[in-house]
Amino acid sequence: MDLSLLSIEIATVLLALTVLIIGLLIPKEQRFGLGYLVTIGLAIILFVSFGFYGINATLFDGMYFVDDFSIFFKQLFLVAAVLVTLAATLYVKKIGTNYGEFFVMIVFAALGMMVLASAGEFITLYLGLETMTISFYILTGFKKKDSKSAESGIKYLILGAMSSGILLYGLSLVYGMTGTTVISEVAVKLSQMGSLSPAMIVGMVFLVAGFGFKISAVPFQMWSPDVYEGAPTPVTAFLAVGSKAAAFAALLRVFLVAFPDYSLQWKMLFAALAALTIIIGNLVAIPQTNIKRMLAYSSIAQAGYIMTGVIAADAAGVRGVAFYGMLYVFATIGAFTVVMNFSANTGSDEIRDYAGLAQRSPLMAAVLTVCLLSMAGIPPLAGFAGKFYLFSSIVDQGYLWLVIIGLLMSMASVYYYLSVAKQMYMADPADDSLIVVPAGAKAVLLITMAVTVFLGIYPQPLSVLANLAANSLFF
Amino acid sequence: MGFPVLTAILLAPIIGALISVFIPKEESKIIKAVAGVTTFISLALTIILYIVYYTQYVKTGIGGFAFTEDIPWVADLGVIYSLGVDGFSLPMLLLTNIIGFTSVFSRSWSKEKRAKEFYILLLILITGVMGTFIARDLFIFFLFYEVVVIPIYIMVIIWGSGSKTKDVTKEYAGMKLTIYLLIGSAFLLAAMIWMYKEAAVILGSPTFDIARLATIDFPAQFQIIVFGMMAFGFTCLLSMFPFHSWSPDGYAGAPTAVSMIHAGVLKKIGGYGLIRIGLFILPVGAKFWAPLIAIFAVANVVYAALICLAQKDMKYVVGYSSVSHMGFVLIGVASLNIIGLNGAVANMFAHGVMSALFFSMVGYIYGATKSRYIPDLGGLAHQMPVAAVGFVVAAMASAGLPGLVSFVPEFTTFVGAFKEPSLQIPALIALTGVVLGAVYVLRMVANVLFGPRKEEWDHVEDIKGSYWIPVVVLIAFIVAFGVFPSLLMDMVNSGVQPIAAKLVQATTAAAQMGGSI
Repeated sequence: MDLSLLSIEIATVLLALTVLIIGLLIPKEQRFGLGYLVTIGLAIILFVSFGFYGINATLFDGMYFVDDFSIFFKQLFLVAAVLVTLAATLYVKKIGTNYGEFFVMIVFAALGMMVLASAGEFITLYLGLETMTISFYILTGFKKKDSKSAESGIKYLILGAMSSGILLYGLSLVYGMTGTTVISEVAVKLSQMGSLSPAMIVGMVFLVAGFGFKISAVPFQMWSPDVYEGAPTPVTAFLAVGSKAAAFAALLRVFLVAFPDYSLQWKMLFAALAALTIIIGNLVAIPQTNIKRMLAYSSIAQAGYIMTGVIAADAAGVRGVAFYGMLYVFATIGAFTVVMNFSANTGSDEIRDYAGLAQRSPLMAAVLTVCLLSMAGIPPLAGFAGKFYLFSSIVDQGYLWLVIIGLLMSMASVYYYLSVAKQMYMADPADDSLIVVPAGAKAVLLITMAVTVFLGIYPQPLSVLANLAANSLFF
Repeated sequence: MGFPVLTAILLAPIIGALISVFIPKEESKIIKAVAGVTTFISLALTIILYIVYYTQYVKTGIGGFAFTEDIPWVADLGVIYSLGVDGFSLPMLLLTNIIGFTSVFSRSWSKEKRAKEFYILLLILITGVMGTFIARDLFIFFLFYEVVVIPIYIMVIIWGSGSKTKDVTKEYAGMKLTIYLLIGSAFLLAAMIWMYKEAAVILGSPTFDIARLATIDFPAQFQIIVFGMMAFGFTCLLSMFPFHSWSPDGYAGAPTAVSMIHAGVLKKIGGYGLIRIGLFILPVGAKFWAPLIAIFAVANVVYAALICLAQKDMKYVVGYSSVSHMGFVLIGVASLNIIGLNGAVANMFAHGVMSALFFSMVGYIYGATKSRYIPDLGGLAHQMPVAAVGFVVAAMASAGLPGLVSFVPEFTTFVGAFKEPSLQIPALIALTGVVLGAVYVLRMVANVLFGPRKEEWDHVEDIKGSYWIPVVVLIAFIVAFGVFPSLLMDMVNSGVQPIAAKLVQATTAAAQMGGSI
């Protein structure tokens, strides 16, 4: 047993606890530096984590994986956390209270995601899931005096708890039928059992529903627009990328490793859900006037695209999910950083107030345009390569119809993305004062834009890592 | 391999755009100069390539791709950054650079506003168009294919203009254009992904190399479906009837430089893709769809020409005329023989230069008089003789006057079409479009330029300064390729030959198998 394999998780816990304690020791006014401390700490962990590729070990008799798949997703969470904490400093300053705790909760949420991606067993999986979601319950309601934020916190708590319950029910049914909670053993037991019993079907459906809540797939998406709108914007960004990617990581491991024999059944289910998610997410995004709600619906649609990689159920599909998940981090956090900086300056999240942003802050307008177009999959931005990976993995499995739906709807999504661009570039600003971007947020904007453009033109570096991740799941 | 000249041509405008980012936005003269210099570098290099290729590859009969560059790009997908030009892509590259360079100096009447953003977007646009013509890898082709859509949208909504004769705002025009092209490209992309996966199974390794894809004989049923999807995407871009309606609105709404590039070269990507990818890789599918394309082509020619007769807005006349001219290209494509294809490709080049000059002159007159409404204008040859010369040359080229660039291509197209028994009647109907074409351009020339002098236009200035550049450069190419058509036709012929050979081979193979399709 080599506990050093857990050093990423251990370091993350230590970082959270250290920041928590330091926060108590220093006076309230001086706690603003803690955000930078967290960013630097996470960045160091991210850097070190590159050394963990190629280990592919199992700990505690199959309870916990340290494989390339989990490392890839851990890096994804770390990247997201680094960018969010770096971008959020000014925004959190405006909230005013509990400055240190905000960052600590972000780190704890990231820890939960890491456990989720590494879990080789149902109890561990649930543990990771709850660590993540409970941190998010606190974070979404973090603006205590803001009624929208409080509403969003309560909503997320109630619906999140319900979905966790459904997921847990599904897990217990699977345990009841197979007598094991270890994911790889479930597959062995199921293949011995032969035909699919009704209880197993119910269990699998419950699992789909439970994960569907977490990735906000239609028809389990109702919570996300309200929660996204009300939550503090950095939290929304982290929720949109981190929680979604973590749920996808767990979903992939459970369905691809535990239920490969029944893939025919659950593939159909996921295909129907993916089609619905893509269509409804995109169509409902069109009439939105609030940019955070618009991004919420667009992120629902993004989940639909990513689900196509699950449907493929092979290395190419997992590669697509990993690749798309990573670039989605950059596009989403870039977009939300603009949103958070804009609302910190003007107090508004309405799309019509973005009029003339290109003249008030060319950088913000450029970044928002690039990030949105990347989500739409317009080349040469990273989203195009990502969609290519995803759609090419299912086109020869008889899902050409889903590919066409996906591509048509992503072109339709250009409509609402471009209407934001139209506001920013064409309309004249109501107030032509310049918008200042603080250094941390500026760095995030530049990084996200550069990465999104670079990976679109030259996807090779990320595709190498994504391939490692995908192959380790099918060793 | 030596100096990567194609990459240099491709990157020059991008470097210009990057430099412009750091120039303060008040210095619009410097930014314009940067754009002019970098596009000129691309143009000069392309002309050199054209001459070298013409003397060393066309005259000697070698043909094939030259100046190739191959760099592995995305290993697991099999993408290669592979560029190269042959007798088909070189005229298109030349066309792009001629128009790119001249469009910088066109008069887009409100572009003095926010000049920096304008030129940056224009340079990105030019690069995107160039990339599609020199890519030998399907993935790289598609990467560039869609780059162009978004800059065009932004340029139309910021610097565009609405129309007086129709209730069309620039926002509407821009969005309509964007949606049409994107929906088309969605089908194109789906077809491309499917073909890529099929090819990976057949070849055993994933590839996007167009030449390697063309060595595969895909099943006939597959070819028919995939070619249908691709043709939808490409003909949307080419503005084939009934998917053409974005085009006149889009051109009328766009600023002059964008209209020039869009009508001049961007549309040609549709024709280029249809021939280079559709016909070359999926000849059996092409054979299946050709009759339908021929019917739509005739509709393009005649229907659009009739609409032209009724237009009162100069930009709509030129816009519909470009739809009409694309009909000639499609007839050439539908003939599926080498003469017809030669005509189609040469027509694309001819129409490109001619429509760029046309839009440039219309844009200049609009900039000077602030009107594009034909009844308001008249007798402008008195006040602006130079612009009138450019206008008349463009009009004559549009009408297919011998000695100008478009005569030989149109003639060739019809020769090719009449060779195919099934195309003789459609071609005969389309010939009326040539007559109609002469009528509507002459009518516009008469009403805009000639007639009594109107006092209200006495204040307008004739072409001067850098506005001379589009007139001189474009007329030079129109006349040069008109007087020496072999410069163009030999080049095109060498490029089209392998594609036509593949078509013949595939259709005879199908006939031997009993002609079951």
